[in-house]
Amino acid sequence: MSRRRSRISEEEINELISKLQSLVPESRRCGSNRASATKLLKETCNYIKSLQREVDDLSDRLSDLMAGMDNNSAQADIIRSLLSS
Amino acid sequence: MQALHFLQALARIARAAPKPAHSARTRQIRHAAYASMAHSSRSSRRTWSRALLHRLRQRQQQRPGRLLTVRRRVRIVTPITSRPEEPARAETLRQLVPGGRGMEYCNLLEETADYVQCLRAQVQLMQTLLDAFSS
Repeated sequence: MSRRRSRISEEEINELISKLQSLVPESRRCGSNRASATKLLKETCNYIKSLQREVDDLSDRLSDLMAGMDNNSAQADIIRSLLSS
Repeated sequence: MQALHFLQALARIARAAPKPAHSARTRQIRHAAYASMAHSSRSSRRTWSRALLHRLRQRQQQRPGRLLTVRRRVRIVTPITSRPEEPARAETLRQLVPGGRGMEYCNLLEETADYVQCLRAQVQLMQTLLDAFSS
């Protein structure tokens, strides 16, 4: 399969880079040259890793919460009634 | 829709009997979090969401307790070394975003933006739930 060389314009890449810049904290830098693009990708990688770590941590804490529910029946009843569909 | 899916999954986990061990429940919640992200209406058409769902299903089919696949089926995609036009770090990003390895650079950026938005929404949702039920 021959590699498809799509004609993606510099402008489109810059647009996407701006979008990423607006999403990733601490990356509000001007300029879309190669150096800042590399920096932005690095910030994005770090940001994604930290978000994934947060999901792990929050999963753990939610698990604690549910374990606590087993012991506290009044609170458990309220939570169960809210979650039940 | 992401929130609803997650809440329904949490309800199923809460109702499970016998009660799972803490680590097993943590894994189930984490699984539910990523599944909800992949199922959200914004992202169900995205490459990353399909790749993520595929990865989640593969994990579920394995023996419980094993988090990493031992044998990895190698798919030949565009050779990774032949992308000199990309900035450095694009390869790391490709590894972080589900399905990133086979994407064109332009698509990778777009998928990354979408993935980041979903991750953020999921984190905010879980934090909100914790706050609501902890007070």
